[in-house]
Amino acid sequence: MTARVGVVTFPGSLDDGDAARAVTRAGGEAVPLWHGERDLRGVDAVILPGGFSYGDYLRCGAIARFAPIMSELIPAAQAGLPVLGICNGFQILCEAHLLPGALTRNTRQRFISRDVSLRVENARTPWTSAYAQDQELVIPLKSGEGAYVAAPSVLAELEARGQVVARYLDLDLNGAMANVAGICNATGTVVGLMPHPEHAVDALTGPGTDGLGFFGSVVSSLAAT
Amino acid sequence: MTDDVRTGTVQNPDVDTVERASGTPGQPQPYPALGVTDEEYATINGILGRRPTDAELAIYAGMWSEHCSYKSSRVHLRQFADKAPPSPALLAGIGQQAGVVDIGQGYAVTFKIESHNHPSYVEPYQGAATGVGGIVRDILAMGARPVAVMDALRFGPAGAPDTRRVLPGVVGGISFYGNCLGLPNIGGELAFDPCYAGNPLVNALCVGVMRHGDLKQAAATGPGNQVILFGSSTGPDGIGGASVLASASFSGSAESAKRPSVQVGDPFMEKLLVECCLELYAGGLVAAVQDLGAAGISCATTELAAAGKTGMRVRLDAVPVRDASLGPPELLMSESQERMMAVVEPRHAERFLAVCQKWGVQATVIGEVTGTGRLEMTWHGELIVDLPPGSAADDGPVYRRPLARPASQDALAADDPDRLPRPQDGPALRAALLGLLAAPDLADKTWVTEQYDRYVRGNTVLAMPEDAGLLRIDEETGLGVALATDGNGRYCRLDPYTGTQLALAEAYRNVAATGARPLAVTNCLNFGSPEDPGVMWQFEQAVTGLADGCLALDVPVTGGNVSFYNQTDGAAIHPTPVVGVLGVHGDVRERLSIGFTEPGSSVLLLGATRLELGGSAWAWHAHGHLGGRPPRVDLDAERALATLLGMAAATGLVAAAHDLSDGGLAVALAESCLRGGLGCEVTLPGDPFTYLFSESAARVLVAVRPGLEGAFAALAAGHGVPAEALGETGGDRLVVDGCFEIPLDELAAAHTGTLPALFG
Repeated sequence: MTARVGVVTFPGSLDDGDAARAVTRAGGEAVPLWHGERDLRGVDAVILPGGFSYGDYLRCGAIARFAPIMSELIPAAQAGLPVLGICNGFQILCEAHLLPGALTRNTRQRFISRDVSLRVENARTPWTSAYAQDQELVIPLKSGEGAYVAAPSVLAELEARGQVVARYLDLDLNGAMANVAGICNATGTVVGLMPHPEHAVDALTGPGTDGLGFFGSVVSSLAAT
Repeated sequence: MTDDVRTGTVQNPDVDTVERASGTPGQPQPYPALGVTDEEYATINGILGRRPTDAELAIYAGMWSEHCSYKSSRVHLRQFADKAPPSPALLAGIGQQAGVVDIGQGYAVTFKIESHNHPSYVEPYQGAATGVGGIVRDILAMGARPVAVMDALRFGPAGAPDTRRVLPGVVGGISFYGNCLGLPNIGGELAFDPCYAGNPLVNALCVGVMRHGDLKQAAATGPGNQVILFGSSTGPDGIGGASVLASASFSGSAESAKRPSVQVGDPFMEKLLVECCLELYAGGLVAAVQDLGAAGISCATTELAAAGKTGMRVRLDAVPVRDASLGPPELLMSESQERMMAVVEPRHAERFLAVCQKWGVQATVIGEVTGTGRLEMTWHGELIVDLPPGSAADDGPVYRRPLARPASQDALAADDPDRLPRPQDGPALRAALLGLLAAPDLADKTWVTEQYDRYVRGNTVLAMPEDAGLLRIDEETGLGVALATDGNGRYCRLDPYTGTQLALAEAYRNVAATGARPLAVTNCLNFGSPEDPGVMWQFEQAVTGLADGCLALDVPVTGGNVSFYNQTDGAAIHPTPVVGVLGVHGDVRERLSIGFTEPGSSVLLLGATRLELGGSAWAWHAHGHLGGRPPRVDLDAERALATLLGMAAATGLVAAAHDLSDGGLAVALAESCLRGGLGCEVTLPGDPFTYLFSESAARVLVAVRPGLEGAFAALAAGHGVPAEALGETGGDRLVVDGCFEIPLDELAAAHTGTLPALFG
C-alpha cells in the first residue's frame, strides 16, 4: 500500500508543490488538501508546507490556525495522525498548540536563506526514522521569523523527553533557543521543523538529498503499520 | 497627494463633466503640475474639440508622461524592430507587455526587465517591493506563470550614509515581496558608483512560462463583453507615479514630499492574484487581460480599448475604493498595486467571479465593451470622460529631442589608463587582487542574496553567484532556461555604443557559460534627462549599439523599458543600459557551474587577451581612474565562444566555466576557486599584469575534465576560439607561478568581509 500524504494549501502557501514533489520522490502519494474544506480525504499523514499563509498578517500562522481544514486536522493530530509542519507549517502547529513554544523574528531582523547544517537529535519519530541518531544533514533554511523560543521550563521538558528533533550546528544563526531547529510532540507524531527538507531532495536543485529522509521516514513507517 | 492634483470632488462637490467642460472653455486647469506642457495641453484641446475634463486631463497626463508614452525614446527604439534578426522563436515582441519566446517542447517563456528607480530612492523598501510586483503582473498578463525574478541594483558609494539608508531598504523590500510571493530570486547585479548617489537604479526582471497557445491578448474586443476590475481596492497611494515621480528629475531635498506618489505593496494579494489568474486562464474565462501598473486605470482602459479598436464604457464610481473621498482624477491616476483588468464574455462572468471568490480576490464589473470607438466613463450617471482611446494610448506626442556628443568625450577618451602605475612584482600583484576582491563592486554578495529565497518551486539549478540563473522548466526532459543581466556604466560613460554592446556581449556570454544557447534580449535603459542633448546622444548611441549588436548575435530584442530623468541637480548618472539575455538549455543536468570542483582538471583561458584597461575595475579601484577606451567588441568571437561552450557542456568535456568581466582573469580565478572550494595552479602565458587584470571581452575560463584535453582542444580549434592552457585545479590555494600564492581562506576573508562590515 502506498502511503497517502496530504499537503495542505492555504492562501499564501508557497512550498506546497515542493512538498508534494518530495513525497512522490520518497515513494508516497501526495494528496492536495484545500484550506477551506473540512476534509482530510482519508490521508495517512499530513504536511503543512512553507509559505506565508494568509499573508502571515497578525502573526505567522495565527490566521491559518483557524482555517476550516484545521478543525479536522487538530483532533486527528491529537489522535496520532503523523503531521509535519515545515517553516510556516511549524509556526501554524505552534499557533494551534499542537506543539509548544513559538517562532520569533531572527536576531538580525533579516530574512535568512542559506544551506544550514543540522544534527538529528531524535531519529525515533515517524518523520525521522530513516536517519541515524546524531546524523548530520545539510538542508536549506529560509525564514524571517525562525528563532524558536519557549519558556525555560518548557524547553527543559522538551530536552528531557527527547522532543528536540533537530538542532542547528551553526551556533550563531537566527537566535533559536538551544539552537532548536525542530521539535515534536510527546508521542513524536507531530513534528515542526524550521528548515526545508523538501528543498534538499535532488542534488540538481538543492544542496543534496539529505532532506529526502523526512519523507522516506513517514512513507516507510506508514507501510510498516 | 498635492492640492494641485486634488482638483475634483473633495473641495468641490460638483463633478467636472463633459457637458460642463464644453460650456467652460477658458476655465484654468492645473496641467503644468501634472507634467503636461502648454503645447500638449493645446493638442488635447484639439483632439477633444473642447477643454478636457479633470478626469480626461488625468488620463492624458498619465498616458503622455515620458514613463508611459516613451515620447523621447520612441524614435530611437524603432531600431530594435527595424534591425531585428529574423527569429522563428519570437511568438510576441515589442509592443506587448513582454516578449514571448518559443523554447521548444511546446513551451514558451516570457521575460522583461523594468525600472523602479525613482520610487526606490524616495521610499526604498516599498519602491523596490512594488517594482517586483509590477514586473510580475506584466508577465502574468501575458498568460504565463511567473517562475523567477532577478534584480540589477546600483547604488552610490558603498560607504556613504545615504547608501546605508537606500541599500538595506531596497534589498529588504525585494526580499519581503519576492519571498512572500513565492518566486525564486536567481541572480542579478550589485554595483556602486558615486554617479548613482541620489539616483539608485533598481531594475527588476521576471520570467514566466506557458504552453504555446496560452498567450493572452490585451485587446478589448466583442461589444457587450464585460470589463472586470479585480484584485486590491483602489486607494490614494501612488497617485501620479508615472507623471509626477518617474518623469521628472530630482532636485534639492524635497523628495519626501513625493512619498505619496510611491505605491504600497501587498505580496500576499499578488500571490492570490497569480493563482486566481492562472485558474481563470485555464478555465478559458478570459477574453483579454491587462495588469494595472503605471497610470493605473487610465492605462488599462485606454490601452485595452485602443488595441481592440472598439469602444469601452466604464462606471468609474463602481471601482472599489479604500478611501471614499477619492474623486475621478485620483481614481484614474492611482497606482495602487495588485490590480488587474479583464474582458470577459457575459456567459463566463459568473464563473469568473466564482474563481475570484475561491481565491479571496475582489472582482467587480465596472463596464463593458462597446462599438462606439470611444472610451466613455461615467460618475454616478454623469459623463466625465469621452475620448478616442488611441489618442491617449498610442498617439501621444513624439519628440525628436536634440542630441549632441558632449565635448568632454574627447578629453575622457584621451585620458589613457596605460599611463597608470601598475603593480610590478608578485607581492604587488597579490595585493592588487586581494584589493579588488574586497572592493564593494566585486565583493561577495551573500549579504544581499541570502535575504532572497532561491529554492521555492524547486527548479532552481543555478543562482547567485553563478554567471547566470538557470531554471528547470520540464522535469522529465531537463529543458531549462538561463538568464543573465549585465551593464557597465563606466564602459558606457567612455563610449555608450561600445559599452552597450559590451553589456550585451557579457550577458550573452554569461548565459552561454552555463551551456545554454542565447535566444532573446530584454533591456532596461537607465539614463539622465532626455532634455539634455548630451544625455540624448548617449541614449541614441546606446540604442544603436544594442540594435546592431543584437543583429550581429542573431538575438532579437523582445521588449524593454526606458528610465529617463536619473539625475539630481543637473548631474546625470553614467549611461547605464542593463541588458538581459535569455537562453534555452537542452538539459539542465549538463549545466556548467563557475566553481572548480574536480581536482586535476585543466584550466584553460578561451579568447584573446590584450592590454585593455579603459573603464576597468583595476583602473577604477586602484586609481579612481575612468578614461580611455572601453575594451574592443568582437561579436563574431562571442558567437564562436558561445557555440563552443554549448557543445562542450553537452558533450561533458568541461567541468566548469566562468565568464571574464570586471577584474579580468584574476578575479575569475579567485571566484572559481572559492565557489568550488578547490584551488588551482596556473602559469601565465605573457605579461602577468595584463593577463591578470585586463578586461578584454569574449573570454571565458574553463576547467576541462582530465583526459579530455585533446578533444576539447580540437573542438576549440574547430570553432576558431583561442585556448591557452594555464594549469590545473587542485589544492587549497590559488597559485600563480612566479607571482604569488594565496590560500583560499585568505581569498575568502578578503572577498566576504566587505558587505557585512558595511551593512551589518
